[in-house]
Amino acid sequence: MALTPNMFSVPQLSLRCIHVWRRNFLVWRKLKIPSILGNLADPLLYMLGFGYGLGALLPQMNGVSYIAFIAAGIVCSSTMTTASFEAMYSGFSRMHVQRTWDAILNAPLTLDDVVGAEIIWAASKATLSGVTVLLVAAALGLVQSLLALWVIPLALLTGVTFASLGLIMTAVSPSYDFFMYYFTLAITPMMLFSGVFFPLEQLPPALQSVANLLPLAHAVAIARPLMNDAIPAGLFGHIAALIGFCIAGSFLALALTRRRLLK
Amino acid sequence: MLRPAYHLEVRGLRKSYAQEDVVAGIDLALAPGECFGLLGPNGAGKTTTLRLCLGLTRPDAGEIQLLGVNVIEDARRARARVGVVPQLDNLDPDFSVEENLLVYGRYFGMRDREIRARIPELLEFSGLKMRALSRINTLSGGMKRRLTLARALINDPDLIFLDEPTTGLDPQARHLIWGRLKQLLAEGKTIFLTTHFMEEAERLCNRIAILDHGSIVACGAPRELIGLHIEPQVVEVYGDGAARWGDEQGRVLSERCELSGDTVFCYAHDATRLVAALETRPDLRYLHRHANLEDVFLKLTGRELRD
Repeated sequence: MALTPNMFSVPQLSLRCIHVWRRNFLVWRKLKIPSILGNLADPLLYMLGFGYGLGALLPQMNGVSYIAFIAAGIVCSSTMTTASFEAMYSGFSRMHVQRTWDAILNAPLTLDDVVGAEIIWAASKATLSGVTVLLVAAALGLVQSLLALWVIPLALLTGVTFASLGLIMTAVSPSYDFFMYYFTLAITPMMLFSGVFFPLEQLPPALQSVANLLPLAHAVAIARPLMNDAIPAGLFGHIAALIGFCIAGSFLALALTRRRLLK
Repeated sequence: MLRPAYHLEVRGLRKSYAQEDVVAGIDLALAPGECFGLLGPNGAGKTTTLRLCLGLTRPDAGEIQLLGVNVIEDARRARARVGVVPQLDNLDPDFSVEENLLVYGRYFGMRDREIRARIPELLEFSGLKMRALSRINTLSGGMKRRLTLARALINDPDLIFLDEPTTGLDPQARHLIWGRLKQLLAEGKTIFLTTHFMEEAERLCNRIAILDHGSIVACGAPRELIGLHIEPQVVEVYGDGAARWGDEQGRVLSERCELSGDTVFCYAHDATRLVAALETRPDLRYLHRHANLEDVFLKLTGRELRD
């Protein structure tokens, strides 16, 4: 079934979406310890494993140790994976398996409220994840300035971006297995080509320009300088790119969810 | 606030999918305090009609007024005074019985204090007082359905929609739900339900409509419809020779005679001759009964399977 202009109509949000966010929060609160551990395990393993393991073999990167270099990348990538997992696996569970969204739609809320709340919720979890990794990095002495506090709103913006992209997948996916396409074709390549583990300058010039299309690359380009006491070059360009991804991603996620559930 | 004359008013409702009319122009009006049943075979358009009335999907044509609110313009506001019991359970498996009610009440903008004040009476109503702290996966199917009904009442709605409320429940659970629905009707609530169970429709509904291929083929009180469409006496005949008996004698002794699988259905105003003839055939079993809503339903929608 094709997308119609109707599906792109202006979202009718209301303050009631807070109750949907709160519902997700209350469920998370029951299982917060395993959830936080799960979100932290991968990023910390990468950071410590590669950071100390590879770091011992590598020279300084522009004046910082390798582990300090990848810390910024890992803060951003953890935000990406947490937002993506929450929007896809948890979102799909709620939408399709438990039919939680159907229950909510029988109350005075619109699908716009539900999708908006799900995006903000996944972004909230993602922000917590990114901030926790940032705190670990700070505890290890890898953060050089208070400018790093700006990483908190950056994590929120990155979280919203990847939450909306994740919800696009949820809207079109027939099953959990389908999400593997996204991880294989989007998330993993993004991890490798966004400057998380090595500077973008190491890539051939043609691939370097591809990074402009990757939200994670923009996030890393902002986070790394901030964590190393510098103002990022081209800051407003990167922020504009992320905001662009947020808006386009959210509209597309909403349109596709409308197509799936409101026909 | 002026009470609307009808709690649900539908005019000229149309919805098609893939060039096919799923709802082909229907009109409905529910008076306050009425119990209205929408019956129909699979694929008739019952659930689509329900979704249209709730504003969960847009019609291609027609008007819908729900408790005085135009659904097409402001579905969200229309649903504020409505309760919905869906066909498939959608309770929150991560929350207890009580938490499910609390979380749901918040969607209506109710304060926690208000919701907590209502929870004890709702648990009492649904017979789940001892299970307030239970997890959803420890409840039986009947308990889950009762909880879903209690949840649908959290905002003290004027109109309650139920989509096949007792499908899949055992007789005890079914009777309990029916009792509770009758209680709600006695309190003045309006009910709109869809069902396959003719017994349910006959017991609960003041009026029913039979939907087939998206159009209403009959509408009225159950007794009226039976009187209007069906001969008052029915004799069902089973057994190996039933079909042949039907051909030879059943057809002659009754006003209408149908074969369905191995059973012969004979319809007549006066069944004495039929019964007398069957008494002479000890090899055939028969059932002599009054006509019921199922007979009306099968006459108007046919006996063919709907996939």
